[in-house]
Amino acid sequence: MQVEAFLENSAQKTPDKIALICGPRRLTYREVEEGANRLAHSLLAEGIERGDRVAVYLDNSVEAVLAIFAILKAGGVFLVINPTTKADKLGYILNNCRARGLITDPPKLADVQRVVPNLPHLARLWVAGPASLTLAPHQSLIELSEILNTSAFPSSAPPKTCIDIDLAALIYTSGSTGRPKGVMLTHLNIVSAATSITTYLENTSDDIILNVLPLAFDYGLYQVLMAFKIGGALVLERSFTYPYKVIDLLLRENVTGFPIVPTISAVLLQLDLSRFHFPSLRYITNTAAAWPAEHIRRLRNLFPHVKLYSMYGLTECKRVSYLPPDQIDIRPTSIGRGMPNEEVFLVDEHGNRVGPGVVGELVVRGSHVMKGYWELPEETAKMLKPGPLPGEMMLYTGDLFRADEEGYLYFVGRKDDIIKTRGEKVSPREIEEVLYAIPGVAEAAVVGVPDAVLGEAIRAVITPREGFELTEHQVLRHCAAHLEDFMVPKSVVFVHSLPKNSNGKVSRREVAAYVEART
Amino acid sequence: MRQELRQFIIDNFLFGQNNASFSDQDSFLEKGIIDSTGVLELVEFLQNRYGIYVRDQDLIPENLDSIDNLVAFIQRQTKAA
Repeated sequence: MQVEAFLENSAQKTPDKIALICGPRRLTYREVEEGANRLAHSLLAEGIERGDRVAVYLDNSVEAVLAIFAILKAGGVFLVINPTTKADKLGYILNNCRARGLITDPPKLADVQRVVPNLPHLARLWVAGPASLTLAPHQSLIELSEILNTSAFPSSAPPKTCIDIDLAALIYTSGSTGRPKGVMLTHLNIVSAATSITTYLENTSDDIILNVLPLAFDYGLYQVLMAFKIGGALVLERSFTYPYKVIDLLLRENVTGFPIVPTISAVLLQLDLSRFHFPSLRYITNTAAAWPAEHIRRLRNLFPHVKLYSMYGLTECKRVSYLPPDQIDIRPTSIGRGMPNEEVFLVDEHGNRVGPGVVGELVVRGSHVMKGYWELPEETAKMLKPGPLPGEMMLYTGDLFRADEEGYLYFVGRKDDIIKTRGEKVSPREIEEVLYAIPGVAEAAVVGVPDAVLGEAIRAVITPREGFELTEHQVLRHCAAHLEDFMVPKSVVFVHSLPKNSNGKVSRREVAAYVEART
Repeated sequence: MRQELRQFIIDNFLFGQNNASFSDQDSFLEKGIIDSTGVLELVEFLQNRYGIYVRDQDLIPENLDSIDNLVAFIQRQTKAA
């Protein structure tokens, strides 16, 4: 089975059922299917071939959903780029995967203009709205409305060219090297993960899922894919920026499923929720960062009829574990056990399985495990190691856990320095590289400090170059111009020197301890 | 008031970036200027600076998502008080 069949099967079964609600727009399955088909034909007409990468650089929108399915229908590999990504990183990603197509909208054209003419592989741009760009001779631009709102292309699906072991998506994630890595996912990987997750969430076509998470984030992307797989409805909102608007949507659209990250529950719990009951709401899921037990306790008290799923996963296999809702009062700090059709276990540093109570690295087996990082064999070899069957690769997560006597897992820590803020993974190195580009910066280290709302808040610790006067404001301004919103540090601390390890390298661990001791 | 609000947005959410221009009608959301924690900071500023009370149900884009919307919202709240 291929991922676009999620849409195609539901469109065949319930063509007139509402599939997608986005702002004032309400689309049926037939409308989504026909729009995606027309765009797929346009992609094919412009020379997109099986396996070609096509990037979606859009806010959460109808066009983003159509684009994802259209790329799959054309046999391509989609990648969703966070809409707050700035030009430098946009160019890096498009160049790294040699994207042949880009689907975007007018507000992003300033950043697009800065990088696209220099990309030799990028040939076609589809823009959702009026656009004018100065492009290289091999490039051209197509207005999306000319395809979606006309019968220039057929509304039926183009013939299939892929099989389920072909790539379906690249999801770029922060790497410890500071450069984003493309996680390679096949159709089979995605179908397997989506099947396991919708099984334990007991999803049906009656479900109405509200997604406020960015589609560049696998947790947000899967809400689209899973809603279409189960034949339910997806309410797609741009973000959680205006909490009351989201509360209003939960009520007005009779939402049954609400996926969140701890930052969202932190903001929600600052509001007076006691007036609301959300009678339709069936479940809330949390992943991406540990759900504070206090949030769980308060949500349980406010909404006793809502099932709370505490979960854990990583982009490299999408999801690893979930805590069955009937366990949440018994062991609120556990992230549960493996999901259906998956095996998980803990190993020591020699690769031997460890028993209950002993800390070990989590290893994952299953058909949802990624194929590797795009063109990074060494990075891939650190995460994927041979399994018991010929050709099988198991995922070594780099996350340390212990299990209780009944096999429930408890997160202990990470083996690397990755910061989790607002549920997003952030590489300190990526921010440090941006900091080093400021002329007055001699040394820089980026660390995560505990924060009640963000999980971890990003702090930049800087040694200024002699003779330079640097302010926090200058540093943050530079960061805001070069980094996605969630990567911009919350605070900057200036110090005379940074602690080093025996090799003379700045030690982030010691910087963190040092900064903590000072505050 | 307009200038003061603009300065608050620029100082706190754009860190004084002068190239990030936005008009009085521009949506903070669409321009990527603000996020949910930013909204709570903005509300705190409105309450302290203009002495208005912002209720939970006021946390909607119609009240807060542009300079124009903010000015109209503050004027409505001041009149109501």
